[in-house]
Amino acid sequence: MIQDRYSRQILFEGIGREGQEALGRARVLILGCGALGASHAEMLSRAGVGCLRIVDRDFVEYSNLQRQTLFTESDAEERLPKAVAAKNRLAEVNSEIEVEAIVADVNFSNAEELVSDVDLVIDGSDNFQVRYLINDACVKLGRPWIYGAAVSSYGTTMTIRPGETPCLRCIFGEMPPAGSAPTCDTAGVVQPIIASVSSVQVTEAIKVLTGQTDQLHGSLLQIDIWRGDWRKIKMKSPDADCVCCGKREFEFLSEENQETLTSLCGRNAVQIMPAAGTEIDLARLEESLAKSLKTERNEYLLRFSLDGRTVTLFRDARAIIQGTDDVSEARAIYSRYVGN
Amino acid sequence: MKIVVNGEPKEVPLGLSLQRLIEHLEIPTERVAVELNLDVVPKAKWPEVDVKEEDKLEIIHFVGGG
Repeated sequence: MIQDRYSRQILFEGIGREGQEALGRARVLILGCGALGASHAEMLSRAGVGCLRIVDRDFVEYSNLQRQTLFTESDAEERLPKAVAAKNRLAEVNSEIEVEAIVADVNFSNAEELVSDVDLVIDGSDNFQVRYLINDACVKLGRPWIYGAAVSSYGTTMTIRPGETPCLRCIFGEMPPAGSAPTCDTAGVVQPIIASVSSVQVTEAIKVLTGQTDQLHGSLLQIDIWRGDWRKIKMKSPDADCVCCGKREFEFLSEENQETLTSLCGRNAVQIMPAAGTEIDLARLEESLAKSLKTERNEYLLRFSLDGRTVTLFRDARAIIQGTDDVSEARAIYSRYVGN
Repeated sequence: MKIVVNGEPKEVPLGLSLQRLIEHLEIPTERVAVELNLDVVPKAKWPEVDVKEEDKLEIIHFVGGG
């Protein structure tokens, strides 16, 4: 064991030797290893969190390197799964911690299992669907989680401690409609906002893991790094009427509310059928996609192509992604451009 | 009348509910949280809450990327 690895952090009065030992015993799930997740992984491993479980379904691409700080050109060249590339890099950063890499889509079938044996979940995901899912799983199992998201030059974060603070659904009761919000693939993103949001999240994680919940920022926090603007809404008590943490109805974990992904046999295509009741404003989505992609639209559908894949999106948010039979890749494309 | 939105003074028409104000400001209603004078107002209550002179609002976007 390297003796003075953590010496500067132990000197810091907020952590100390006791805090360092608590970090060493902690287990954290990093949910998604894109820009935010890679940044969490790097900071938490350097800080000496004893066990990191990294789950991600995607692989490294050149367009990631501008902001996803763990990855290198050779990872993109080899198209390595992000969870694997992260584990490889972290082994060089800190060989004294345990890193578990899981290459998988997080959905209702595995969410609870992924969360059940960790002390905390840190959000590095890229879509609303998985955040509502993980909110359900964390509230059900009583695990703290730290929501964080970023796009363009702004981002938002909130620390959720089930039973103590409002949960995600106390504040944002319904999931935003598919295609209604900008994504990093439609509006772009700069690295400094990733660094800012992930730094706040990791600081919160360290406070939770060292038992200093009185030090948490206690708010829904929004940062716009380009405008130099930090804004907060102070969080109070959980909402007793909240579907999730008040009534304990975990809709996103139930099988009947799930979207279905089907590989369309012999067509080299995947169909994504969202849960019933979803509608999409195709004209609005086209407007945001048209900045970076060539699109076609009629009354019924919107079509666009990228990297040899053609996405056809219908008004009920159903999509057919042609050019792949890999459901996980198709789901990743859907999240990146449709946002849910 | 004058109100303050995210720290900036704004002149808005009299007699708006919170719901109408958010729409007036062209903010996407389906993905923001709103605090009025230091209290979070749940979205279901926006149509019933009137905005008054000197009110202070914080509006924070629900962001999806990462």
